[in-house]
Amino acid sequence: MSKKPIGVIGAGSFGSAIANILAEKNEVLLYARNSETIKNIAQKKENRGHKLHTNVIPTSDLAYLAHSCDIIFPIVPSSAFRQMMQQLSPYLHPYHILIHGTKGLDIHLPEGESIDTIKKLGREHIRTMSEVIMDESVVIRVGCLAGPNLAKEMAANHPAATVVASHYKEVIREGEKLLRNDRFQVYGNHDLIGIELAGVLKNIIAIASGALSGLGLGENAKGLLISRGMVEMIHVGKAMGGDVHAFVGLAGVGDLVATCNSTLSRNYTVGYRLAKGETLDDILADMEEVAEGVNTVRIVKRFIGNQKLRAPITEALYEVLFEGLTVDKALQLLMRYPYNVDIDFL
Amino acid sequence: MKPKGNSKHKSYKPILPGTKDWPVVQLSKNRKNFIKRVVEETLVGIKEANPGRQELREELETTLYRERLRIKENPWRVDPSDDYRFWEKVKNQLVELTVEQDAREKEEDILRRVVTRYAHEIAGNFKRTRYRLAREIVKFGFARLLNATRVKRFGAFFRNKYTLRDKIQIRGKVKQLRKLAKQGTVVMVPTHFSNLDSILIGWIIHSLGLPAFIYGAGLNLFNIKIFAYFMNSLGAYKVDRRKKNAIYIDTLKVYSKLAIEEGAHSLFFPGGTRSRSGKIESTLKLGLLGTAMEAQRSIYMKYPDGEARKIFIVPVTINYNFVLEAPALIHEHLKSQGGEKYYIESDEYSTSYNMIKFLIKFFTKGSDISVSIGSGMDLLGNYVDDDGNSIDNHGRFIDTRDYFVSNGEVSIDRQREEEYTRRLSRIIVREFHRINRVFASHLVAFVAFRIWRKKHDKLDLYDFLRLPEEELSISYDEFKEVFSRARQAVLKMKTQNKVNVAAHLKGQLDEVITLGLDNVGMYHSKRPLLRNKAGDIITRDLNTLYYYHNRMDGYDLEKYV
Repeated sequence: MSKKPIGVIGAGSFGSAIANILAEKNEVLLYARNSETIKNIAQKKENRGHKLHTNVIPTSDLAYLAHSCDIIFPIVPSSAFRQMMQQLSPYLHPYHILIHGTKGLDIHLPEGESIDTIKKLGREHIRTMSEVIMDESVVIRVGCLAGPNLAKEMAANHPAATVVASHYKEVIREGEKLLRNDRFQVYGNHDLIGIELAGVLKNIIAIASGALSGLGLGENAKGLLISRGMVEMIHVGKAMGGDVHAFVGLAGVGDLVATCNSTLSRNYTVGYRLAKGETLDDILADMEEVAEGVNTVRIVKRFIGNQKLRAPITEALYEVLFEGLTVDKALQLLMRYPYNVDIDFL
Repeated sequence: MKPKGNSKHKSYKPILPGTKDWPVVQLSKNRKNFIKRVVEETLVGIKEANPGRQELREELETTLYRERLRIKENPWRVDPSDDYRFWEKVKNQLVELTVEQDAREKEEDILRRVVTRYAHEIAGNFKRTRYRLAREIVKFGFARLLNATRVKRFGAFFRNKYTLRDKIQIRGKVKQLRKLAKQGTVVMVPTHFSNLDSILIGWIIHSLGLPAFIYGAGLNLFNIKIFAYFMNSLGAYKVDRRKKNAIYIDTLKVYSKLAIEEGAHSLFFPGGTRSRSGKIESTLKLGLLGTAMEAQRSIYMKYPDGEARKIFIVPVTINYNFVLEAPALIHEHLKSQGGEKYYIESDEYSTSYNMIKFLIKFFTKGSDISVSIGSGMDLLGNYVDDDGNSIDNHGRFIDTRDYFVSNGEVSIDRQREEEYTRRLSRIIVREFHRINRVFASHLVAFVAFRIWRKKHDKLDLYDFLRLPEEELSISYDEFKEVFSRARQAVLKMKTQNKVNVAAHLKGQLDEVITLGLDNVGMYHSKRPLLRNKAGDIITRDLNTLYYYHNRMDGYDLEKYV
C-alpha cells in the first residue's frame, strides 16, 4: 500500500516550515492560493526566501488535496480560516484528521451584527479554530499545534518543540509520528481548547512585550510583564473554557517566553513599532503577514466586558491599538493598577 | 385535562407481519447459543484486559469479596437460592489456588463459571405467547378502566369509546421511527422520571407497530411480581445495580453489544436511574451507550461492502403532570446532595398492591401524558433522513462508517469510541431539551418556586426549603404577570427550536394557569401548588414543588422572574 501524502493548507512562513518538517518523512501537498507562489515552489522549491524540501508539491486544488490526503494541516490566518473551511468542507469526510496551526480567534455572530454593534459578545460568539473546523465540516478528529515555533528559526533548522493537542489519542499519535525528528520534539495534550487558547492569548502579551522594548525598557519590566501577562492569560483562558494546566506548559509559558523576547515575532514587532510612535494602520500596511494579536485584543476586550473579569494589559492595549492612547500613557496606567495578589489560580 | 379531540387516533400496522421475524424472538430462540457467545466474548475481553500473573486472581477476589458482601448486607427476594453456595464454592477454589504458582488456567476456569452465571442471570426470557397475552391484558385492562371511569353510565364498562391513545399522546417523528426500525437497528433513549416509564414505553412501542425492544430493567423491579411478569414478557433483560464489579459490568456490556449487533432494537434509559431531582438528565451514563458504539463499529468490520446495518439513536421524552414517586425522589435527591453519604435504594411500591392502586388512580383521575419521539440520529449525533442516511449541518450525506476508519480501514480504537460516546451523550441531552414538551403544570411550578426563591435569596436552598409553607403566598396578579413573561419566553424558544410546548400552553392566560394549577402533582396528598380562598397561590409541600420546578431547569428562564 502506498502511503498517502500529507496535506498542508496555507503557504505562509509557518505553513511552509511545517510542510518542510513533514516532508522529511512523507510526500506533502502544499496548498497556496497565489499562483505566483505555486510557480515558485514548483520550479525553484523556494518560498518567501526559504528553501522547501523536494517532497513538497504545491497545489491550488483543495478538492484534489482533500481527496489525496487523510491528514491535513490547515495553517491560514484566522480571518481567512472559516472561508477556507467552507471551500474545503464539501470534500472532507469523517475519516479525515485536521491538525491546525493557527493562533487566532474567529467570531460568529447572528446575521446583521458585527463585533462593534453586538451588545454582548459571549463565548458562544467566539470560536477557536478547532471549533470553526467542526462548525463547517464533518471532521471531528481535530487537533492543533502550539508552542514556541517561530517560523524563521524552524526554517533555519534550530531545535524546537511543539504541542499536539486533541481529544483523540489517535490524532496526537499521528501528529507525533509525522512531525517528530531529532530537531523537533512533540508533546501531546488532551486539552484542545486550553492549548488553543494559550497560543491565542499569548499574542496579546507579545504585543505588550514589543511595546516595552520599543520604549527602551529593560529586563525588570519584561519580567513583570511576562508573569502578570501569564496570570491574565490564565484568567481569560479559564473564562473561555480552558484549563490552567495548558497555560503552564510549552504552549503557554514556553511560547510566551519565546515570543516576548523575539524580534522575529510579528506581534512583538507591532508593539515595538507602536512604541516608536507609528500608527497601527501604517504598521499593518507594510507587514507581510498577519499579526493575529491585534484581532485577538479586540475580541478579548469585548468578551471580558461581559464577564466579572479584569484584564488590565488587554484593556490598556486595546486603547493603544484602537483609541489612540500612547504606549507611554498606557504604561503609566498599568503601573497604577492595583495589583496585589501574585498568584491566585493554582 | 380532558382529551381535546386533537389526539390522533391513528393506529399503526405492525412493520413486520409476524412476531416470528422479530429480532428479539430470533434471539430468544437461539438463547442458548447467544449466551454462549456472550460468555466467550466477555472472557476474551477480560483476559486481554488482565494479562498479568496476579491480575486475574485479583479481579476474581475483588468480585468474590463484593458478592459476599452483597449477599450478606443487601439480599433481595429475586436472588437465586444457590447464591450463597455458589460464591462459597468460588471462595474455596480460590483458597486452594493460593499455594499454586501458575494457576492461570484454573483461574480462567473459575472466571468462566462466574461469567456464565452472570450471563444467564442477565439474559432475558422473551416468550412470544406470553408477550401477546401480556399485551392483551394491558390493552384490555386499561381500556376497561378508562371507559368505566370516563363515561359514567351503566354499561360503559364494556364500551370502547376511549382508548389509551386518548390518555397518552404520542407526538413527534413517529413515521420516521417506523421506517428506521425496518432498515436498521433502533436504540431508543428516553428520559426517566417514573417506574411507570418502562411499561409505558413498552406499550408505546407496541402501539406504534414496532417489534418488541429489549431493555435492561433494574433487577429490583423483578421483586414486584406484576412487574416481573410484564418485563419478562416484554423483552427485558436484567440489570442488577448492586453488582458493580468489573466482571459483571463487562458481561452486561457484551450482552447489550451483541444483542444490538444481532439487530435487536434496544431501549436504554441513558440517565441510568430515575431522575431524583426532577430535572431532565444532563449527564448520561456512557456504559450502555458505548455498547451501541461498539456494536456499530463491529458491524462495519464484519460487513466491509456496504451491507452493514445501521444503528439509529432515537431520543424520547416522557412528560407527566404528575409523578407518583416525586416526594420520595426529591427527598432522596436532597438527602444525597445535602451530604448524607449512603442510603440503600428503596422502593416506594414494593408490593403489587401499591402499584395497582396507583394505576387505578392514574387511569381514573385522568392526568394526560405526552410522549415526544425525537428525530433519529446516527451514533455520532448526525440527524438521519427517513431512509436512514446521515446528513450533516450543510445538508450533505455522510457515510457513518468513515468515523471508524483510520488509514482506509475500519479500526478498533477504544479511546476514540469513548470520545464519540461522550459526544453522542451531549447531543442526546440537547435533543431532550429540544423535544421536551412544556405543560402548563411545569411552568406554574417553575414560576411559583422561582418567585418564592427570589424573595428569600439570602437563604441557601436547604434553609429555604425548610421555611414553613404557611408563610409563602403569591397574589394572583403578581403570579399572572410573571407567568405571562415566562410563557412568552418559552414560546419564543419554541420558535427557535430549543423546546417544544403542549398545545394547551398557548391558550388564554387565566385558563392556562388554572389548568396548570389543577394538574401539577395533582394526586399528592399534599398539593405542591394551589389557590386558597382569597385566590392567592400557596403551597402545601415546597420540596415537591421544587421537584416539579426542576423540570424547567436548564432553559435559563430564571431571568424572567
